[in-house]
Amino acid sequence: MWQHLYDELKDKGFMVVAVAEESRGGEHARPWIEQAKSSYWQLIDVDHRLSDLYNLVNVPQAIWIDEQGRIARPPETAGSTDHFRRMDLKTRTMSPEDQAARLAARQAYLDAVRAWVNTGRHALAADAARAALPRVTPEIAEAHARFRLGVWLRTHGRAAEGDRQLAEASRLHPESWSMWRQAADLDEVGKASGPAFWQRVQALGDRLYYPPPKL
Amino acid sequence: MTKILTSTAEHEVAARDGLWVSATDAERAIGWTLKPEGMCRADVCVPMPAAAVGRNEVDLAAFWSKLGGPVVATDTHDVWALGGPASERNAALEGLEAPDFTLPDIDGVPRTLSALRGKKVFLATWASW
Repeated sequence: MWQHLYDELKDKGFMVVAVAEESRGGEHARPWIEQAKSSYWQLIDVDHRLSDLYNLVNVPQAIWIDEQGRIARPPETAGSTDHFRRMDLKTRTMSPEDQAARLAARQAYLDAVRAWVNTGRHALAADAARAALPRVTPEIAEAHARFRLGVWLRTHGRAAEGDRQLAEASRLHPESWSMWRQAADLDEVGKASGPAFWQRVQALGDRLYYPPPKL
Repeated sequence: MTKILTSTAEHEVAARDGLWVSATDAERAIGWTLKPEGMCRADVCVPMPAAAVGRNEVDLAAFWSKLGGPVVATDTHDVWALGGPASERNAALEGLEAPDFTLPDIDGVPRTLSALRGKKVFLATWASW
């Protein structure tokens, strides 16, 4: 997904780390990883540890980290948009206008990454970066602990107990699409984008599924 | 045996009455040492209420709650998860130093974020689902 960007910028001190939030394990992600033929890091995160550490709620989200290991931009949507919400569910297609707008938004995001690598543009000052961080609440922290326990139970043949923990995690942290969709996927592959998913998306109303980055 | 899941690891301990464990098991599982002044790690000591400390043993659930960390368990209390405290997560992020982690690649090779110091890193998530 990021190979072109990486190839273009790798000689300028740039690295891509792609982390699969994948509780079914690495083998489940392997076909996608092999198809991507990527030469950057492709890591497997069974417990969604990255989501816990960085307070993430969806995929794809990205964090920009500078040469000193400091967060230059906090977690934000990495090039995706809400146009998919208007797609024709029978044919799974979008209008030409929406397709164009979606591509343009993705291109603008990739251009921003290029500008950051080439000139430092778009890196936030410390105060602005701090102000843009989503805050971890005690409920979110508990949700991550329950998610960890739920995945462990699922992996150890205790599906019913695991599902109770995963459901409680989603109740505590309803903004996390990753927790809800991963639990749905563990229940049955495909369920994460099935009818229950679309109902949840519709229930968003005016709220965004992929809030755009404030570039 | 009782299983304790931390953010990065899992440990088997001998626990009784919830999560009362020996000082040795406590140190092995969470890296905090029981001392007369409380539970200690590096140069930090957290004083413990008398009710949560016994003769060379400690109520880990009580200690973890005191740190502000979530403590969750199965109904039968055979598996526990001790999560990162919200305050710790927020402090780490607000410091703006990217929280470090080690995760395996598809071939099982462990990769550590901080090994990339000196480069600009685009850290992105995805999923098959």
